[in-house]
Amino acid sequence: MTEQRQANWAEEAVREHAEDAAVHDHELAQYPSGADHPSREQQVLDRIEKARARKPKVKEERITLAHGAGGKATQSLVEAIFLDSFRNPLLEPLEDAATVTANGTRLAFTTDSFVVSPLFFPGGDIGDLAINGTVNDLAVSGATPMSLSAGFILEEGFPVADLRRIVASMKAAAEAAGVQIVTGDTKVVERGKADGCYINTAGVGLLDPGRELGIATARPGDAVIVSGPVGEHGMTIMLERGELDIEAELVSDTAPLHELVATLLEADSGVRAMRDATRGGVATILNEVAQAAGVAVVVNESDVPVRAEVRGACELLGIDPLYVACEGRLVTIVDGSRTDEALAALRSHPLGAEAAVIGRIADDPPGLVLLNTGFGGTRIVDLLVGDPLPRIC
Amino acid sequence: MCLGIPGEVIEILPESPDLAKVDVSGVKRAINIGLLTDDPPQPGDWVLIHVGFALSKIDEEEAQAAMNFLEGIGQAYEDEIEALLSSQIDEQAPIDEKG
Amino acid sequence: MRFVDEYRDADKARALSAKIVGLCEPGRQYKFMEVCGGHTHTIYKHGLEDYLPESITLVHGPGCPVCVIPMGRVDDAIALAEQPDVIMTSFGDMMRVPGGRGSFFDSKAAGTDIRMVYSPLDALKIARQNPDKHVVFMAIGFETTAPSTAMTALRAEAEGIENFSIFCNHVTIIPAIKAILDSPDLRLDGFIGPGHVSTVIGCRPYEFIAAEYDKPLVTAGFEPLDILQSVYMLLLQLSEGRSEVENQYGRVVPWDGNMVALRAVEQVMELRPYFEWRGLGFISHSALRMKEHFARYDAERHFSLPGVRVADPKACQCGEVLKGVLKPWECKVFGTACTPETPIGTCMVSSEGACAAYYNFGRFSRERVRQASQPQPVTIEAGARKA
Repeated sequence: MTEQRQANWAEEAVREHAEDAAVHDHELAQYPSGADHPSREQQVLDRIEKARARKPKVKEERITLAHGAGGKATQSLVEAIFLDSFRNPLLEPLEDAATVTANGTRLAFTTDSFVVSPLFFPGGDIGDLAINGTVNDLAVSGATPMSLSAGFILEEGFPVADLRRIVASMKAAAEAAGVQIVTGDTKVVERGKADGCYINTAGVGLLDPGRELGIATARPGDAVIVSGPVGEHGMTIMLERGELDIEAELVSDTAPLHELVATLLEADSGVRAMRDATRGGVATILNEVAQAAGVAVVVNESDVPVRAEVRGACELLGIDPLYVACEGRLVTIVDGSRTDEALAALRSHPLGAEAAVIGRIADDPPGLVLLNTGFGGTRIVDLLVGDPLPRIC
Repeated sequence: MCLGIPGEVIEILPESPDLAKVDVSGVKRAINIGLLTDDPPQPGDWVLIHVGFALSKIDEEEAQAAMNFLEGIGQAYEDEIEALLSSQIDEQAPIDEKG
Repeated sequence: MRFVDEYRDADKARALSAKIVGLCEPGRQYKFMEVCGGHTHTIYKHGLEDYLPESITLVHGPGCPVCVIPMGRVDDAIALAEQPDVIMTSFGDMMRVPGGRGSFFDSKAAGTDIRMVYSPLDALKIARQNPDKHVVFMAIGFETTAPSTAMTALRAEAEGIENFSIFCNHVTIIPAIKAILDSPDLRLDGFIGPGHVSTVIGCRPYEFIAAEYDKPLVTAGFEPLDILQSVYMLLLQLSEGRSEVENQYGRVVPWDGNMVALRAVEQVMELRPYFEWRGLGFISHSALRMKEHFARYDAERHFSLPGVRVADPKACQCGEVLKGVLKPWECKVFGTACTPETPIGTCMVSSEGACAAYYNFGRFSRERVRQASQPQPVTIEAGARKA
């Protein structure tokens, strides 16, 4: 291989950050190479944080699957393309639902699209997800879910029997959540242009006038609670696709969380914020909290509930369960002095029976999620770039 | 560099004897055992799984010996801590070991 | 989980840590290299350095098979995927690794058919299911993974499968260790030896390290207690003036390796005269290719590849990081131009690379974290422990 060329993208990245490198050289020149100087390491870390805090850019020429995975690539896409164009005070907090005020009434408004494959899986189907997902986005915003829309994109040739089955699930899920589907839309695309059936739902819910929730309100001393074992939905789907040839008795955790949320809020449990831990899992939510509130989130690994089968599959595939999606679990940040009340309220409901305190909010280092590992060490839990991928090394 | 996970052999698949069903914490997969023909694993044996192949049979005796060593060190350490704590007991409140 | 949980026990770690502190000579600095990326991953994932005194530095070695693949080889694989009627397959690890012109994910977005597999046998299964396509498996990995690829080639031959080939990128660990040992600016006190590679090659191939270079090596398992125990065993050797090859991972690693696996590799593959390692350059006899007899399953003979070398940017200092001369954060592009999203050097490519592990898991000052996280375990030798 004598012919040689450069990787243009890499050279460009180096040029773009040339100024950082010059500062870095200047900093390092003050110390001998290879020596350990905490203050010097700290300078480098500060510079990295500055680089991370820069305006996100989408460098790719095409959309990749990573842009839809809920991690760093999704965050860059949303901020650099959508937020940059649509920017307004209601959108800017990027919460699960926006707060819209009409004639003095505060409403929560949200939308979500569902493209799961396979459409049917142990524990539910795309219909359950489409209703529960939107109901949950409203519920965790502190709203009482009211009305939903449903938009269907169907592929030519899709079996009507399957559509009936999906719609029946949606009806049952809507009834269980106490909401109605009040408007809808249908489009059919040519064979091969969609994966059977895609669904979009949007929803509005009524917000309690006296309650302000939001992840930016998390403060040092608060407790971090999950409502049950993590990662069951994501792992069920990954295994159900069949490519990995792994068998496990796992079912999706998809469920409507409106009652659980109501129970929690009624208990005067000092709730500051709630999120449903979907794409990107619990780790992604906690990173959002750390960044929005400018706090550190400290998680105890051994306190995070994970079912044995989820753990087994995660170990086999080299995936961290903290990044695997749930569809019926919420993460809540509560006033530290009200931890017991919050936990008791969650546990009093069947969907929160296995709720657990997994960590707390601290003040430093701001913007980071730290994990006290089961082994007794400490590390960072960062946002993933894209989906967690099975790995062999 | 190479992810290897221990799993328990639960059966040798009758239709293809180079495949074994292996259980990892309740999760099951058919694993190729063609690399262990010198000493074929039986149900109940534990193997190390890498990219769908069993690479090695786990040696229970070796594992026990290593554990005994670690437990020995742990016990000695506990004793030492205890001695340390009892010698300080009059001067200060006991240290919460877990923090 | 059996053989996993018992090796992640914090109480045993505290005890072992106290022993380690006790074995360190006052005033002496120790540098041990963990050769294997899996060890690097374990060290960061479990926060193992919290148990080591400041006088011990772990240098993260070149044993990450994804990281060492040169960018030109990724471009070659993408060129293969762009051939008509080709399905490219590889492990999930490869999907995000950028070549000179982007990654598998980018190529997939541009229209190629690239699929993730868990096992090379799954790639063969895809070939059986798609007789009108040609399925290429991009094989990566050290001696641990090569036998699985070899078995798959043998299976393909036995079944007479015609629409399958292997793009072989298997590398061998000993020449890489030797390249590091021969580098003039290196100063290491010992090696934490690769565990799963050794299930195949055994412990004998490391004996020259003890005999010729006078460095101890302990073959280690992948749970955090395994690594901590290996550090203890290395210190014990040093304190007793020994340089030997020892096996901490006896439950999995037989001293002589796995003969069946070695024979399978021998049957299917042969050493290349030389191969380029990202960050280390060209190393002779350090990689495997398909033997003449298996030419029909060799993607490199089946297709013509561009074979263009892609140079790492000059600013990249991976070579120094790999040899332990620089810490990851001392590289001038670390964390700014070079991040896990846009890894411009080998050490940032996968979470096993030294820089990526530090960036993803350890990017904080231990000083500040000590205050933020819960109080640390009680120490007998007060102040001797890091953070």
